[in-house]
Amino acid sequence: MTLYFTLNGKKTALDVAPGRRVIDVLREDCGLTGTKEGCGAGECGACTILVDGESRLSCLMLALQLSGREITTIEGMAVERPLHTLQDTFMQKGGVQCGFCTPGMIMSAAALLNRNPHPTRSDIRTGLSGNLCRCTGYQKIVDAVEATARREEEAT
Amino acid sequence: MNAYIPEIGKPVPRADAAAKVRGAEKYAVDHYGDNLVWAGVRRAGVAHGLIRLVDTAAALQLPGVVAVLTGRDVPGTNRQGIVHKDQPVLADVKVRHCGDAVALVVAENRETLIKALSLIRVEIDPLPGVFTVDDALRPDAPLVHEEHPRGNILLKATIQAGNGQAALEGCDILLEETFHVPVVSHAFIETENGVAWQEEDGKIVLVVSTQAPFRDKWEISHALGLPMDRLRIIGPYLGGAFGGKDGATVQCLLVLAAQHAGGRHVKMWWDREESFIAGYKRHAVRMHYRMGARSDGTLQALHCRLYYDTGAYAHLGGEVMALGMEHAGGPYRIPHTLIEGWCIYTNNPIAGAMRGFGVAQVSFAFERMMDLLAGKIGKDPLELRLKNALRRGDRNASGVTLTQSTGIADCLAAVQQHPLWQDRRVWKKEAGPFHKRGVGIAAVFNAMGYGRGLPDSALAKVELTPEGHIRVYSGVSDMGQGNATAFVQIAGQILCQEYTAIELVQPDTERTLPSGSSAASRTTYTYGNALIKACEELRRRLIGRAALMLLSDTLDDLELLPGRVKNLATGRKIPLTALAAMMAPEDRVCISQFLMPVARDKLDTGKEFVIGFPHLLFSYAAHLVCIEVDELTGAIDVKAYLAATEAGRVLNPQAFEQQVQGAIAQGIGYALSEEVLLQEGRIMNPDFATYIIPGALDVPEMISLVVDAYEPSGPFGMKGVGEVGMNGPLPAIAGALADACGINLTRSPLTAERVLATL
Repeated sequence: MTLYFTLNGKKTALDVAPGRRVIDVLREDCGLTGTKEGCGAGECGACTILVDGESRLSCLMLALQLSGREITTIEGMAVERPLHTLQDTFMQKGGVQCGFCTPGMIMSAAALLNRNPHPTRSDIRTGLSGNLCRCTGYQKIVDAVEATARREEEAT
Repeated sequence: MNAYIPEIGKPVPRADAAAKVRGAEKYAVDHYGDNLVWAGVRRAGVAHGLIRLVDTAAALQLPGVVAVLTGRDVPGTNRQGIVHKDQPVLADVKVRHCGDAVALVVAENRETLIKALSLIRVEIDPLPGVFTVDDALRPDAPLVHEEHPRGNILLKATIQAGNGQAALEGCDILLEETFHVPVVSHAFIETENGVAWQEEDGKIVLVVSTQAPFRDKWEISHALGLPMDRLRIIGPYLGGAFGGKDGATVQCLLVLAAQHAGGRHVKMWWDREESFIAGYKRHAVRMHYRMGARSDGTLQALHCRLYYDTGAYAHLGGEVMALGMEHAGGPYRIPHTLIEGWCIYTNNPIAGAMRGFGVAQVSFAFERMMDLLAGKIGKDPLELRLKNALRRGDRNASGVTLTQSTGIADCLAAVQQHPLWQDRRVWKKEAGPFHKRGVGIAAVFNAMGYGRGLPDSALAKVELTPEGHIRVYSGVSDMGQGNATAFVQIAGQILCQEYTAIELVQPDTERTLPSGSSAASRTTYTYGNALIKACEELRRRLIGRAALMLLSDTLDDLELLPGRVKNLATGRKIPLTALAAMMAPEDRVCISQFLMPVARDKLDTGKEFVIGFPHLLFSYAAHLVCIEVDELTGAIDVKAYLAATEAGRVLNPQAFEQQVQGAIAQGIGYALSEEVLLQEGRIMNPDFATYIIPGALDVPEMISLVVDAYEPSGPFGMKGVGEVGMNGPLPAIAGALADACGINLTRSPLTAERVLATL
């Protein structure tokens, strides 16, 4: 069947079997391999994407569920600039080590900041508690999200 | 922001961070290829048994199936393994653990693959299994490897120093305790995977998530009977590894699959459950300790008996145990030691390398013993550790003379001066109702490098490209620890080029040179030292060749600057692009080898270790943890964490902190929640819903103090820092629990259930 949705700001029509998982469609059909799979069971958060601005696990969604929705993946985060503020702060604050959880972590952080633009460190930890990272110990990730919120505050 | 020179000592952001935050970095798992086929494995599902039948007929008839292979189809020795070649690629006669591969399928797509795997008829006659070291050591125990000369004992070894066990007799204080640590999993987020294909000339290319691309080549060649020059291994950045991708996972299976895929790309990607079942694990260990001391707390003698459950295959079991034994006495002066180790085959999952390689286990035991001793003689536990702390010039518990930087006393002093230690009594009193607070400490260390018997070598290669850039060819993987960035800093420091002018090539057996594995806290040390020599040579060459073009009769006036060489006296300069155009290609490339120094003491002990004993270089850390125990549930909440680490000079403060913080988080998981639950060799919790690794809410804010030291043999004075932090949290938290509640838990993890049952 043909699926119509908006992918990273672009109207997209894709011929897919409706039973396929969103993560597979993104990675295999769209070539967007920034979205990672760590568990396939909704436990690690590596596959997090934004669906209509809210964080969703693409390993638990079927392609059909994208119909008419607006999807953002890590590749679509930076619009009209080289890096989204979260991407820049993750880099500058050392929130990236092996980097495999990073795309999902950034998408969850973006959803958190959409809901709560001025989070405390504890809010950030709660907001990211569905995303597992095995490398960093989370502290520098929290630093990065905190710095993003501060930077966005200063910009407005 | 990239118009700067990445130098030593600066918090240079990772070279790979920009690509990783954009989702643009291509890990092995992001490689697909046109006309892709998928490969997968049918696992035994039985811990021990004889294969009666593997019937592939139905699977072969399924449309979309490209190949179905069994042990009979493996052309070489069908044996893989790093030191001992005892693990079949595809089980042929018997299976030795549930995760053994019995058949390999190549199919057009994943759906067909799954269906075909289920259509293979596997009949295995179960054999009685051995699932504990005690079972395995019984005289009539079933044998995991019938042909092994010592039965189920992979390795029995002894380290002795001074008068050994006999010295316990005369001690004022004698303490005895037994500790248990469980099997745990690396739980890297990128599971084991790769893509392989056969090129027209017959060569097979493998892109794989690996810590040891060059060793993989040897392993595949041996197991599949392929000449080494028919193999090319490419090792991109890894999505975590921590030891679990040191050794063959998908490698041999994928190359075998590629041989039957007619030139098409073959992808294998273990799912999380398969990663748990078939992947390597950290050893469970039972540790009997007897420690003797003078009444003033001076350590006198130690006797340890350590039983490592290595699972079904050797992997690095003997070497893991060797390192654990070498560290069994802690970072302390103990004149008389007898350390005995048994590394035992069982029908459990395969245990092998994991961050803190055998050492994380014994750290629990030796640090609990120190706390018990402190309690027994009524001495401050930190003072007791300081009193016995190893200093440069001492001999350690294996009898090795410490000739290099030895900073454990400085680490302990840094913790002692910190407010978290100074003010601990006040903090503990402020616990709310039904809560108790405790503060624990741990002094830990971790060796660097492979140890004696195996050359710990790296070959660095650096090139001036025709574009005037510096290209570093790294032969050693970056699994996330950041060594690649350290290489950029080393090149930047010596060659004075900007960040954007330094390129990095990740391991590729046809472009880079053998540099050992990304392991043993040796990656930056060994390759970095080689790279320094290569960069210095390139620098000399660039200046020397520039002199010809600038008509300089002395090299002293010439300086290598960003993008150019300049004669500072005359002001004349030549761009690196022009220099590159003038130089012959072979003149633009410098190669250098470094071999890690080894301990020189002639030890009359540890002779059973063919490789991996003893070590010369160690990094040190003292940890402090503040915990709160909920008396109603037994749950431990980690409130604050402090680590003081001595790993020589710090090349990159940000990367150093990343290693310390990440290790603490893993250590907290090891202390509180992580345990692979086994029932007759079968993993009962092969997913993240039941195998609990720490999340953002489980790890406190951490303070990392750098204890300055200089290691003369290290690149710019550094030592490896990747592992030492893993060893502290379990003993520190167990100590804090004892401090809070007066209970001595000797079995980890310290789950709420265990705590509550003991309270």
